[in-house]
Amino acid sequence: MKNLSLVLLVATIAIIGCKPKSGVSVATGDAATKVYVAPGTYDEFYNVVSGGFSGQMAIYGIPSGRLFREIPVFSADPETGWGYTEETKGMLMTSHGFVPWDDLHHPALSTTNGVHDGRWAFGNANNTPRIARIDMKTFKTAEIIELPNSSGNHSSPFITENTEYTVAGTRFSSPPDYQGSNPDVSINSYKENFKGYISFVSVEKESGMMDVAFQLQIPPLNTDLARAGKGPSHDWFFFSCYNSEQAFTLLEVNASQKDKDFILAVNWKKAEEYAKAGKGSKKNVKYAHNYYDESKHTTISEIKNEVLVLDPKELKDVLYLIPCPKSPHGCDVDPTGQYIVGSGKLAALIPVFSFDKIQKAIDAKDFEAEYDGIPVLKYESVLHGEVQKPGLGPLHTEFDDKGNAYTSFFVSSEIVKWNVQSLQVLDRVPTYYSIGHLCVPGGPTAKPWGKYVIAYNKITKDRYLPTGPELTQSAQLYSIDGDKMELLLDFPTTGEPHYAEAIPAELVKGNSVKIFKIEENNHPYAAKGEKEAKVIREGNKVHVVMSSIRSHFVPDNIEGVKIGDEVYFHVTNLEQDWDVPHGFAVKGADNAEMLIMPGETATIKWVPNRVGVFPFYCTDFCSALHQEMQGYIRVSPAGSSVPLTYSTGKVTKEAAK
Amino acid sequence: METFIINKSIAILLILFNKILTMKSQLIIALFMGLLLTACGGNEDIPGTEGKKPESMLGPKTESEKMISEGRGIGEVKSVTLATPLEQDRVKRGKDIYDMKCSACHALTDQRVVGPGWAGITKTRKPEWIMNMVTNVETMLERDPEAQKLLELCLTRMPNQNVSIGDARDVLEYMRANDGEQ
Repeated sequence: MKNLSLVLLVATIAIIGCKPKSGVSVATGDAATKVYVAPGTYDEFYNVVSGGFSGQMAIYGIPSGRLFREIPVFSADPETGWGYTEETKGMLMTSHGFVPWDDLHHPALSTTNGVHDGRWAFGNANNTPRIARIDMKTFKTAEIIELPNSSGNHSSPFITENTEYTVAGTRFSSPPDYQGSNPDVSINSYKENFKGYISFVSVEKESGMMDVAFQLQIPPLNTDLARAGKGPSHDWFFFSCYNSEQAFTLLEVNASQKDKDFILAVNWKKAEEYAKAGKGSKKNVKYAHNYYDESKHTTISEIKNEVLVLDPKELKDVLYLIPCPKSPHGCDVDPTGQYIVGSGKLAALIPVFSFDKIQKAIDAKDFEAEYDGIPVLKYESVLHGEVQKPGLGPLHTEFDDKGNAYTSFFVSSEIVKWNVQSLQVLDRVPTYYSIGHLCVPGGPTAKPWGKYVIAYNKITKDRYLPTGPELTQSAQLYSIDGDKMELLLDFPTTGEPHYAEAIPAELVKGNSVKIFKIEENNHPYAAKGEKEAKVIREGNKVHVVMSSIRSHFVPDNIEGVKIGDEVYFHVTNLEQDWDVPHGFAVKGADNAEMLIMPGETATIKWVPNRVGVFPFYCTDFCSALHQEMQGYIRVSPAGSSVPLTYSTGKVTKEAAK
Repeated sequence: METFIINKSIAILLILFNKILTMKSQLIIALFMGLLLTACGGNEDIPGTEGKKPESMLGPKTESEKMISEGRGIGEVKSVTLATPLEQDRVKRGKDIYDMKCSACHALTDQRVVGPGWAGITKTRKPEWIMNMVTNVETMLERDPEAQKLLELCLTRMPNQNVSIGDARDVLEYMRANDGEQ
């Protein structure tokens, strides 16, 4: 049925027939007043948006669409020093060494009883498989854990109802990398030697600390997206997959042969029991675990060596396959936890599965086949129903608080609203252009906040003033308060957003940290007061323990550094007032500047490669005398007898003449 | 250096310069108000002063006006009881806080660095004024004419160093020791 010409036909229809004819939107009436956030007042929602190939996460206000902050996560950021300072380099360490970039597709906001709790945002690294945890009090990346036996960490970091686990599934199957396995195999031996893995990463209840609790080894499918069950389906996790053909070349064609692929239904509670009972096998692997110690303002980076792998073929009752048409992508669970929506990228209908029916079919062993030793449930037995002719190319579904679903359609470039119970299409709006993910505030949770749906589009074209071949990405905000969706706003987004979540500002803003208390700064090179500022030589390492406050550094005159020395500028910001960071940059630094928040200590390494006197200065406008916030460091030839001296405000009699 | 800073034309240049820069607008507004010596009491909701809503700390207008006119400043500290001899444990704690949070800008002599030197301060200022300046600096710079005179002189807004009332009391005791009290 599916072949290349069909793909081309669909694509052609999309381009010629379905793309909205013009960039002129249909925003009407009082749209402007609905997105107007008066100067000095706040937005209603935080929008936590993945940066895609930027590797970062961005924070926008909804309904204004204003960008507040880009949080460095998987990509080094010379603007803040993330991944460049001695304290943050370790956050980007992996079993492959220092990896300065990744591809972040999905945020997942922590929940308690299925409802947003405003504590953490998780994010996945697709390329070098990792999960990051961002602390919503500081809006900083607090922890990054690497995943062994994994490639293409796409179906991640979705979370269980009480944030017991965040998950990771392999979009690219590959030979496992544990000790004793042989990864040096022919690609042609895919069916024999390649494996998929689904990792359950536990999240400690109070601290949020992550640990790879166990992995399920699965057939070499491409697990794509995932959602946890909730309410009645609390114990279950659902993953979509494509490539049940197990193709390893020209997947565009070869992984689109079968009429149906699968949704994987994982009983994680059962798997957890087996893991605790020691039913798996421990594998010797290598993966990095990095976390930020806020008291020392420093990363702790460690390599871990063990993971527990469970085999669903042996365990029998932890994994079942649900047939799902045409290369499913989105796999979304409605707020009641009763319905699972599969979205086939090439399908012209949306199947909705019933959790009750899945349970009955499992109990009755109502299987149609086995796939690589895993039971396949009968499609008709577990189907709640199909949404007929919703549009072309469904991708993702979010839910409101009134029993409705909103599905994005990439090919026909639209959002379609439908009722989960009746499966009737209720409304449709065009997006500009070719929507990928979409977001309803609280849309994936047991308690959607509703009000808006946001489209994150893949194509921008003519929506904004042109900026050459490379354009900003395009998002649209729609009101969903009424029966009809109403376009309110276009707003540009950085990177390439994939998934996003939105959370009421009230759940987050009151917890926002303003300063780090200087009394609680336990950084080994902190200067907690100017009295503690000093310069120490240890062999060829020179440690400058420096303080900064409006508007001077101590010390600001340093001599006695020589070619061959490595200089570490450890700068402590003595300020204890909100929004008074200081910056630090030194001439010729081949890495980055750094921004130091009030009460924090940060370190940049500087290896001078020529003799001279080099200025350093504060890069973050801090006061009326910010321009005066500067200093000099003198570098003499190797073997020079210039003694190590340092001072601030000291002028010799000679100089005063 | 000192005459350079208070030179009026430089000060005007600074204002114009600041006007162009949109960031840290709170500082700029405050600098303006400080320089023009306008006592502005209506601006209660400046971002960054959250949790320190001036009105809630001031009580009725008349009381705050009375405090200002008596040189006690404005803020939570209405009256301070000083004991003689000095409480030495307070002096010691006060010194540690001074080293960490104050010494970057205030010398123990009468020399002005960023802010005024501390020598003699307990003779010229009431203890309530000192503690309010330390713990409620934003409002002091907006409302208290003596604080505003100092801003006009120093041109650097004294930062909120997140010092609690109790810690400020310790710092006050250290200042008394610095002024030679026993």
